[in-house]
Amino acid sequence: MSRGMPRASGYFRTDYAQDLALTQTRLERASLLAFAVMLAAFPFLATAFYLDLACQVFLAAIGALSLMLLTGYAGQISLGHAGLLAAGAFTAGILFREFNAPFWVTLPAAAAVGALLGIVFGLPSLRLRGLYLAVSTLALHFVVVYLGGEYESKRGYSTGIMIDAPTIGGYAITNGRVWYFVLLVAAAATLLICINLLRSRTGRAWRAIRAHETVAEALGINIAAYKLLAFVISSAMAAVAGALFAYYRHFVSVEAFSLFLSIQYVAMIIVGGMGSLLGALLGAVFVTLFPYLIEAALQQLPNAQSYAGVLFAVNYAAFGVVMILFLLFEPLGLVGIWHRVQHYFLLWPFKHRPVAGAGK
Amino acid sequence: MQLAVNIVVLSAIYALIACGYVLIYRVSRVLNLAHGELMMLGAYLLLATAASFAGNPVAAIAAAVVLSLAVGILVYVFLMRKMTGEMVLAAVLTTVALGTLLRGLMVLIWSAQQQYPGQALGFANPAIALPGGGRISTFAAILVVTTALVYGGLFVFLRFGRWGVRMRAAGQNPLLAAQRGINLHAVYALAWGLSTLTGSMAGMLIALDSGLTSSMTVIGLKAFPAALVGGLDSLVGALVGALIIGAAEVLSIQYIDPLLSDVVPFLVLIAMLIVRPWGLFGTREELDRV
Repeated sequence: MSRGMPRASGYFRTDYAQDLALTQTRLERASLLAFAVMLAAFPFLATAFYLDLACQVFLAAIGALSLMLLTGYAGQISLGHAGLLAAGAFTAGILFREFNAPFWVTLPAAAAVGALLGIVFGLPSLRLRGLYLAVSTLALHFVVVYLGGEYESKRGYSTGIMIDAPTIGGYAITNGRVWYFVLLVAAAATLLICINLLRSRTGRAWRAIRAHETVAEALGINIAAYKLLAFVISSAMAAVAGALFAYYRHFVSVEAFSLFLSIQYVAMIIVGGMGSLLGALLGAVFVTLFPYLIEAALQQLPNAQSYAGVLFAVNYAAFGVVMILFLLFEPLGLVGIWHRVQHYFLLWPFKHRPVAGAGK
Repeated sequence: MQLAVNIVVLSAIYALIACGYVLIYRVSRVLNLAHGELMMLGAYLLLATAASFAGNPVAAIAAAVVLSLAVGILVYVFLMRKMTGEMVLAAVLTTVALGTLLRGLMVLIWSAQQQYPGQALGFANPAIALPGGGRISTFAAILVVTTALVYGGLFVFLRFGRWGVRMRAAGQNPLLAAQRGINLHAVYALAWGLSTLTGSMAGMLIALDSGLTSSMTVIGLKAFPAALVGGLDSLVGALVGALIIGAAEVLSIQYIDPLLSDVVPFLVLIAMLIVRPWGLFGTREELDRV
């Protein structure tokens, strides 16, 4: 089974075991292993600041992957992703505050609330398409955030809800390194779930719906059920990401879940590249690190202190510019660039793929 | 009585903003989610012209209005023109990105503090007592009148104006319109210009009435349900939708909870999307086009 195969030169799978394997070639396995070792070694080399950045990237990755399932694969646009994250975070916060619930109750509860909200968010999708669907999710975002704000103000947590660190067998997870591994495992698990969902019946049904709804229906796919399923799964994942975010920050507040956050998640899947899980990951890394890059760039300028007050404005402006540039000039996103670089080396010293049938 | 005045003023604000959404959507099927930011830019333009035309408020306002028309056309020529023929979603996301960019730029240029262009222009804003016991500020009254004039003007323009007919034609069937020699890019650019112009007028009047902060974009976003409730491709619809949203918002603030003000428009929107997604006056087949 572990016969090494050269990359990308054909389809060599001869049995189901090979078809189910996640990696095909020895090089793939080796590079995956090297990457895993790098990820495992990172927290022992990095400072607390970089550790925090990595944790943020993992959280964003879970959210971006879930949005990618919904938008990039099932073709259902959502502008209310921040609302789902907020729902998860508030579920964790409220259960902890009101019932002192431990994390192994709040996380599944957040997933359940997310799934329920997914049905609510998804119901309009049965009647609406494209733009109108995007608008209905946008509206639901405001409703969820309003409910969260209402809870905060009615219960007197006007500045936000504090949450204690989750404890396993008396050991509280407060250490940054432990958090790093917890979130790494969560992100990796999400990625694995996504990969397997997409190469199963469900994933194929989603892609068919995205490509052409009428044809998909003619093929016998239950459109309504699979659309709702996409919303339910994606929302449950997003809510779990929100709950993890709440635990990681020890703090929940509606301020964190503005419309801008939804835009950021949409930006992740655009900048990363629609219809690609790798794209969701790349987008999550890019969008999370971008503000820090801007800050570092501003620090290099003369009299850096004077820019400190306008940092967020610079962020907004630069973020808008980057999004516009990607939409205009690289609609395939970072993944498109990555594939082009790959092709360049695969085809080297030639520049273009041979035209099919040209050699005859 | 005061309640009725509040409803009329808020509805007029929403109606004046919503017609910008309708104009662009009707002509090019693009939903402009940067409309709130463009509207705020118009208000800031007034602030800028007020500084350079000190002592001549009429010239300042005229300059700001002309500038905002130019801004709308420039946005189309340099940005949205590239998105014609692309997926609708890509175009909408481009407007979202544009909004983000504008928001950042405006804070960078004019800072996030509250500004009063009315003071800069030397206008007072006395309240007018209305028969029946209500009171209305001068600029709110001007805003209501402006909304009426803008809608009247747009109706006449779209019905009888040469370019208005072209705009309707481009909206109904771009391919046939282009076949008949209508310059689609010019029509789209005009739609963007007019939309930004009306939005900016709303922005300027709100700023003259109650000052200018970065929260103005929220008003722009809340006007969007008004456009959709009425039907995204109908001007009459925008007017009726604005009245519904305005009334719902004012009444719920008065009788239920002031915190609701930011959600009520969206609750109405969700209800409308469930019951009648194409809006009160919209065309039904719109739904399948996007």
